[in-house]
Amino acid sequence: MNAPRLTDTTLRDGSHAMRHMFTRQHVRDIVTALDRAGVPVIEVTHGDGLAGSSLQYGFSHTPDLDLIAEAREAAERARIAALLLPGIGTRRELKAAVERGVQILRIATQCTEADISEEHFKMAKDMGLETVGFLMMSHMRSPEFLAEQAALMESYGADCVYVVDSAGAMLPHDAAARVRALKAALRVQVGFHAHNNLGLGIGNTLAALEAGADQIDGCLRGLGAGAGNAATELLAAALDRLGVNPGLDVLALMDAAEYVVAPIMPFQPFPDRDAITIGYAGVYSTFLLHAKRVGEQLGVDPRAVLIELGRRQTVAGQEDWILDVALELVRQRERTS
Amino acid sequence: MGDETIKVAILGSGNIGTDLVYKLLDRPGSMELVLLAGIDPHSEGLARAHALGVVASAQGIDAVLEHPDIQIVFDATSAKAHVRHAKLLRETGRIAIDLTPAARGPYVVPPVNLRQHLDAPNVNLITCGGQATIPLVYAVSRATPVRYAEIVSTVASRSAGPGTRQNIDEFTFTTARGLEVIGGAQQGKAIIILNPAEPPILMRNTVYAIPEGDFDPAQVRDSIEAMVAEVQQYVPGYRLKNPPVFDMRDTPWGRKPVVTVLLEVEGAGHFLPPYAGNLDIMTASARRVGEVFAQHLLTRREVIA
Repeated sequence: MNAPRLTDTTLRDGSHAMRHMFTRQHVRDIVTALDRAGVPVIEVTHGDGLAGSSLQYGFSHTPDLDLIAEAREAAERARIAALLLPGIGTRRELKAAVERGVQILRIATQCTEADISEEHFKMAKDMGLETVGFLMMSHMRSPEFLAEQAALMESYGADCVYVVDSAGAMLPHDAAARVRALKAALRVQVGFHAHNNLGLGIGNTLAALEAGADQIDGCLRGLGAGAGNAATELLAAALDRLGVNPGLDVLALMDAAEYVVAPIMPFQPFPDRDAITIGYAGVYSTFLLHAKRVGEQLGVDPRAVLIELGRRQTVAGQEDWILDVALELVRQRERTS
Repeated sequence: MGDETIKVAILGSGNIGTDLVYKLLDRPGSMELVLLAGIDPHSEGLARAHALGVVASAQGIDAVLEHPDIQIVFDATSAKAHVRHAKLLRETGRIAIDLTPAARGPYVVPPVNLRQHLDAPNVNLITCGGQATIPLVYAVSRATPVRYAEIVSTVASRSAGPGTRQNIDEFTFTTARGLEVIGGAQQGKAIIILNPAEPPILMRNTVYAIPEGDFDPAQVRDSIEAMVAEVQQYVPGYRLKNPPVFDMRDTPWGRKPVVTVLLEVEGAGHFLPPYAGNLDIMTASARRVGEVFAQHLLTRREVIA
């Protein structure tokens, strides 16, 4: 096993759990702590990527671009990454983000739709960025299928392609098989992004590393969508024990989690009943808070909504279907009572 | 008397062009389809048109230009090709109904602003998401001023062809602009999602609108329902999944009431399968625009005669 490159995405995936309320001060404090602890890449964007600020996903307290500029200013060694989902963000926001300091662009598509990202990869490469492809909801397709989609991203110019377990639905052997298939098919690097909905955020990341992953993601305190992500400070401790610490200061990351991130968290993401249901039903982790809100409004069990969304094969970004399904469940209940 | 119809042609023998052939043969109205022109002699669309008795040519725009009687041309090629076609069609006095994102002429959404542009030489149909959602944003904004409108169009993966996939940003820009210019929202935002579920999902759209000030929900609801009925006249599979929902949300303008409309569009299943409501609403809108233009031309002809 090689020492992987770690990207901390507290300031992107954590945006979901924070209901997109990150401020410039939060960004400055978190980036400074991560940078001092030796984290080489820090992702900063609305949870749904550039231009994600919306009614569908939640409005940002502070514009993405201002947070990115703040991060770039605060970082001395770490490089700043941003996320872009074609269909939500466009090349306009990509260009603006580069002007404000983004150095690495991560481009995410549903794992079946890699071919909508070609223009964005090309533009990012033309602008001299490092690029990462994100195949979201990778549990929904076989390792072989994913390898083909990853090869498309490689052909567009991706420097690395991630297997993204957006639903936190994978078991360790699922993660390993997918990473292995991408490693066999690609010349570029392969990454893995975990969610902890089934309590396997760290376990799946370790399985991915054993299968050859070159890059992994973490969030301080696991602050992310659903039950959160693999905790950066836990990953650092585990990598160190495995003898593949890429230069992370384990104790400093524990401090960052404890004293910088924990005090500003609205809640500790955890595999509670609704979050487990996300992993169990295989739906997008960001559905969690939206399903809770709609469930409360309409008096519907969020788990029933999430399971139905899984049955309908919903994908990343389909938050609007939560209301739709909940209203249908209400109508069904009215008919049967 | 003499001619009671206007001769029309379709450029582009892909999915959209071919579906439009079926629609124009099914309900010709004041139009007579005389030509389908593509550039691939082996395309299924040309073969189908030929089998249906429509002249099919692989000579593209040249086939149209050779035919002086054609007065209306539906362009279902690509934005890049339409830029060239638009010039040639204008120079030879044909009306272009543009189904590509080229936007050389004004945007039209039939129940909102079609009659304002009856003398335009070129009109543009925006995007599938625009045709589906702009009528509803307009329905809200005619009842109460709209500060912000946002739409999410979710289409079956299989219904999104290479053109959409390579130019997905165009959908976002163009639809958002349409929400403002035609829908009447002060600010518009559009999101598109491709869903690969099997069997494929019907086209779905969610429209969110944040009214500027206080408003009467009943009036907004009535306006939306009236608009749905109007769109159904030319897109029979256009329907609300639920009555409009009103709830309070945190927005950049403070805690505000938000109108949410959940819409489904089922295609007529002419050439394209019923799930492809996104393609159906484009061809159905195009037919509707063509029909109104043709009637207008016939009226003008009577006046001149």
